[in-house]
Amino acid sequence: MSKLELPPYARALGICAHQMEDGVPVLTVEFGPSVEGRPGHYHGGATAGLLENAGYAALRARLIEEGRIAQLKPVNITVQYLSAGKVQPSFAKGRITRLGRRNANITVEAWQDNRDRPIATAIMNILMA
Amino acid sequence: MTSPLPPFDPSEASKFFFKHGHTGWLGLKYSAHADNWVELELPWREDLLGEADRAVLASGPIISLMDMASGMSIWQTKGTFTPIATLDLRVDYQRPARECSAVWGRVECYRITRSAAFVRGIAHDGDRADPVAHVAGVFMTIDKDPRQGKVPDASASGSEAGTGDE
Repeated sequence: MSKLELPPYARALGICAHQMEDGVPVLTVEFGPSVEGRPGHYHGGATAGLLENAGYAALRARLIEEGRIAQLKPVNITVQYLSAGKVQPSFAKGRITRLGRRNANITVEAWQDNRDRPIATAIMNILMA
Repeated sequence: MTSPLPPFDPSEASKFFFKHGHTGWLGLKYSAHADNWVELELPWREDLLGEADRAVLASGPIISLMDMASGMSIWQTKGTFTPIATLDLRVDYQRPARECSAVWGRVECYRITRSAAFVRGIAHDGDRADPVAHVAGVFMTIDKDPRQGKVPDASASGSEAGTGDE
């Protein structure tokens, strides 16, 4: 992931790259004070931060692959919370549903110990200027 | 029915909410409130950038700000602190926040049913007439769940939420 640098916010929160899967980065964050909401659970905002960064990372990786250079601007994000994030690492991976010239539509899933039971999902639109 | 808790006060609650955890790490602050809304401040911070080369807050901390202001607007509207879980939160970004600027999140709770609470609000960087983002969200109250402290499964909460179940 040498060319794929995470933004300052992601690094400050403790998000890092876990592995690449078919050219798509899987991001992870350990449970700790910076992500804790009510005691023993992830804050919804921290989960959203992980999802959002995984969405950006998926798009950046694809743009690098295609040799495209673009400044990314968020249009919107909708987060669905499926179950509470508990005291263990969380992972997230984005999937580019549609990559246009100006807009990318991306879906993201976050999970913990069981990948078949996501804790949250997101849909994002990102503008490429 | 009497509540063992004193009436919810956003200003007082902020003192312990923002002392630790994610919202403490972000440095959220109480800003203002009225009957059914709460406004919080996300102070400017160098390391919360979305891109290394632009002094603009990342969108992630803004979601956290709006999620927290949403929850507090629900407690403010109900008058008590009860456990709630975010079910769905949507953020539409109109423009980036100004460079090196704090961002405020003002969220109102416009409807509460037996098991759901509906919120909407804006994020702004000083001028409420020119928002940075709009948000809309739905929260579930989880105080009736027998498994204390747990969020109901997706299947259970999804079917209960509906469009309001009074």
